[in-house]
Amino acid sequence: MTDAAAPASETPLIAARGISKSFAGVEVLRDVDLDLKRGEIHALLGENGAGKSTFAKILAGVHRPTRGTVALNGQPVDISSPIVAQKLGITLIHQEPISFPDLSVAENLVLGRTGGSPLGRVPWTEMTREARRLMDLLGVKMDVTKPMRGLSIADQQMVEIARALASDSRLIIMDEPTAPLTPKEVDTLFTIARRLRDEGRTIVFISHRLEEVRMLCDRVTIFRDGNKIATDTIGNLTDADIIRLMIGRPLREYLHKTRAAIGDVALKVDNLTSPGLFSDISFEVRKGEIVGLGGLVGAGRTDVARALFGVVPAASGTVAIDGKTVSIRQPSQAIDLGLAYVSEDRAVSGIFRTLSVEENITAAVPSQIAPGGVIRRAIEKALASESVRKLRIRLASLRQPIGELSGGNQQKAILARWLLTDPSVLILDEPTRGIDIGVKAEFYEMIGELAASGRAILLISSELPELLALCDRVLVMSEGRLTANIPRADATQESIMHAAVPRTRVAA
Amino acid sequence: MNAVKSIMLRREMGIFVAIIVFCIIVGLIKPRFLALDNLRVIMLFVPLIMIAAMGEMLVIIARHVDLSVGSSLGFAAMMTALMFKTYPDVPLVLGFAVAIGIGAVLGFINGLTVIVFRLPAIIVTLGTLYLYRGLTFIASGAKQIDRQYIPGPLKAMSANAPNYWLPWIVVIAVAVVLLTYWFANHSRLGRQVYALGSNPSAAPLRGIPVTAVTLTVFSISGALAGLAGIMYASRWGFVNPSNTGWGFEFQVIAAVVIGGVSINGGVGSVLGVVLGVLLLGCVSAALPLLGIPGTVQSAIYGLVIIVALVIDQSVRERGIQALTTARGART
Repeated sequence: MTDAAAPASETPLIAARGISKSFAGVEVLRDVDLDLKRGEIHALLGENGAGKSTFAKILAGVHRPTRGTVALNGQPVDISSPIVAQKLGITLIHQEPISFPDLSVAENLVLGRTGGSPLGRVPWTEMTREARRLMDLLGVKMDVTKPMRGLSIADQQMVEIARALASDSRLIIMDEPTAPLTPKEVDTLFTIARRLRDEGRTIVFISHRLEEVRMLCDRVTIFRDGNKIATDTIGNLTDADIIRLMIGRPLREYLHKTRAAIGDVALKVDNLTSPGLFSDISFEVRKGEIVGLGGLVGAGRTDVARALFGVVPAASGTVAIDGKTVSIRQPSQAIDLGLAYVSEDRAVSGIFRTLSVEENITAAVPSQIAPGGVIRRAIEKALASESVRKLRIRLASLRQPIGELSGGNQQKAILARWLLTDPSVLILDEPTRGIDIGVKAEFYEMIGELAASGRAILLISSELPELLALCDRVLVMSEGRLTANIPRADATQESIMHAAVPRTRVAA
Repeated sequence: MNAVKSIMLRREMGIFVAIIVFCIIVGLIKPRFLALDNLRVIMLFVPLIMIAAMGEMLVIIARHVDLSVGSSLGFAAMMTALMFKTYPDVPLVLGFAVAIGIGAVLGFINGLTVIVFRLPAIIVTLGTLYLYRGLTFIASGAKQIDRQYIPGPLKAMSANAPNYWLPWIVVIAVAVVLLTYWFANHSRLGRQVYALGSNPSAAPLRGIPVTAVTLTVFSISGALAGLAGIMYASRWGFVNPSNTGWGFEFQVIAAVVIGGVSINGGVGSVLGVVLGVLLLGCVSAALPLLGIPGTVQSAIYGLVIIVALVIDQSVRERGIQALTTARGART
C-alpha cells in the first residue's frame, strides 16, 4: 500500500465524477468532481446546506446520487447502501452520534459488522475485550458493558470513532466530530487521525472550525450552494480566502459588540448546589450585561442553566431576580418570572419537530395567542410573522414543519419563541453550535441588541472567540465548580482555558 | 454487596416484589392459595401465555406490536384440529409442525405488510386480528371441533394427574423460554432486534438488516402463537372458532408490558416477561379462589395490572436515581 513505485498510488482512493443529487426536485449537489488521495486528511468546508454533508453521505451509501459515478481505486463502484459502504471500507461518523441507547457500548461498537450467520453466537467476552482495547486506544475511560444511554455526547462520539477504527476503514468521514469534544479529546482525535493517515488511510474531515482544519488537514475542498468551488492544499489558502470562497463575499468584522449601559442586578445566584452535578455556584448578571459561562463539556454549565430554569431544581442555594428571592421548581414558574432558556440540544429539548414554525414560535405564550383557552389563528399568525421578519428567519411558509428548516433558522425560531415572552433574563446555551458563519454573525448582533435593550444575558459557550467577543465578563466552570470570574479586559483564551481545565489535568 | 445492589437495581425487581406481595396477601386471606394443587392450576394456566409472550416480547422490543396473536392462535388451532378430525391417524409431531408452520405464515404476513406498505404494526395487526378470526370461521364453517376429534395423546400432554407432576406443556414452555433467552441475548439476530427497537432510524445506517429482523420477529410471534394454538387444543380438548384465543392478545401484551418491556422498543428481558406472565397467572388463580364473582373479575384484573406497573415504575425510578448519584460520585 505504501509502495511508492506502484502506479496504484497515483490512482486516487476515491474519484467522484459529476455527482449530482436532488431531493424532491431541489438540486442540493451539482456536478461535483472530487478526488480523495490515499493517506491524506481532506477537509470539506462550506456553510450549512452547501452540500458537503450530502456529498459525504453519498460516499457512505446513505444517499444515492441522482447522477454521477464514484470509483474506488480506479474501479467504478455502486455504493448502494451503508452496508455496501462498510464492505468497501468506508465509514461515516455522523454529526449527531447515532447509536443504540439501550445496548452496551461494546455492542454498539461491533453491531452491523458483517459476516457470520444470523443465529451465530454473540461473542460477549471477546467483544468486551475488543471494545476495551479500542477505547484504550482512544484514551477514553468508560465501562464498555454499560448501556450507551447516559453517556455524554462527547463519549458517544468517542464510541463512534472507535467503531470506525474497529471496522478498519480505508476511508473515514468525520462530520463535525470535534464540536462536542474537550480540547484534550480533540488532541487525542487528531493524533489518531494523523496516525491513521500515516497508515495510508484517508480521512475526510468536515468542520466549521478553520483553526482545526489548518491544524489537521492536508487539502481542503470548499462547497457553496451545492457546487464544488475549489480544492487546494491548505497552505495555499489564507483564512480570508477560505471564508470568501465559502460565503462568496468577504465577511465583515462581526465580532464587535456595541456596549450596552449596565444597570441593576437582574439575576443573583448564591451557593447553588446540586449534589453530583455542581456545587457552591454564586454569581450575578446585571441588566444589559452579557455574562459568558465557559468551561469544558461536562463541567456542569448546562446543569446550572437547567437548575435556574427549574428543569432539574437545585438542592440548595438561593436565586434572586430583580432583588427578590424566588423559588423556581418548574419551567413555567421560571417563564412567569421573566426567565428564558434556549437549550443546548435543540433537537431534544428545543423544538416540536413536526409542528409548524408558527406553532413553535408561539409555544411559550399560550395566554397571548389563546385568550380564554381558544387559539386565535390571527393573533398566532401575526406574532409569528412579526418574529420571522425581525429575526430574518428563512422559510417557505409559516405552516411548514419546523424540522424542515436549516439548523440556524430553527435556532432563530426558538430564540423568537423566548423573545415573545419578553424575558428580563435570557440564558443561551451554546446558541450557535452547528450553525453557519453567516447566521452566526446575525446571532451575535441579536445578542448584542438584546443586551442593549436592558436584558441580562447568560451565554454558555464552548467557543472561546465567541465568549471573548461578546461578553462583558466570563465565568468559568470546571468539574461542577465556578473557577474564575474574568472581566472583559483580562479575558483571553489562555485565562479561560486555564480555569476550565481541571486541576488534576494541569498537573499531569 | 455490589452484586446485591445490581440485582436490586434491575428492572425485574419491581415485578418480583409485586408477585411476592400479591401472593402473601392472598395467602393470608386464603391459605389454600399457597398449596401445591393451586400451584398446578397456575402451572396449567401459564404455559400458553408464556409461549405467546416470548414472541410478543421480541416484536415489542423491535418497536412493533402484534395484536393478532389471539386470532393467529385460533386459526392455527382450528386448522390443526380440522386436520386431526379429517385424518385421525396423522402423527402428533405433524400436528405441531402444522400449527407452528401456519402461525409462522400468519406472522410473516403481518411483518411483510408492515414492511411493504410501511404501515404501523398496530394498524396492520388490528386488521389481521379480525381477518384471521374471520378465516377461522370460514375454515370451520363456524363449528366447534369437539373433544372426540382431539387425539388422546395430545390431551394427555396437559394432564394434571399426580403421575404427571410436570405436564408436557410446562416442559415445552420452559424450552421456549430458554430458547428465546438464548436468541435474545446470545445470537446476532437477537441483538439486532434490540438494536432496531432502540433506534429504528439508525438501524439501516449501521447495517442492521431491518427487513429480515422485522420479518423474523413477526414470524416468531406467529409461530409461537401457533404452538400455543395446538397447546390450547391439548389443554382444553376442543377448538371453538369464536372462543379459542379470543382476547388472548390482551393477556399476552399485558404480561409483556408488566414484565418491563418498553412499548418504545429496545428494552426488555426474558426474565421480566416470565415474571410478568407469572403475576398474571397468580392473579387469575387467585380471583376465583377469593370468591370474586366473574362479573367483577375483569375489573380487578385490570386494576392489578395497573398496580403492578405503578410498582415497577417507582422501583425503576429509584434505580435510575441510584445510578445517577453513582455517576455523580464518580466525577
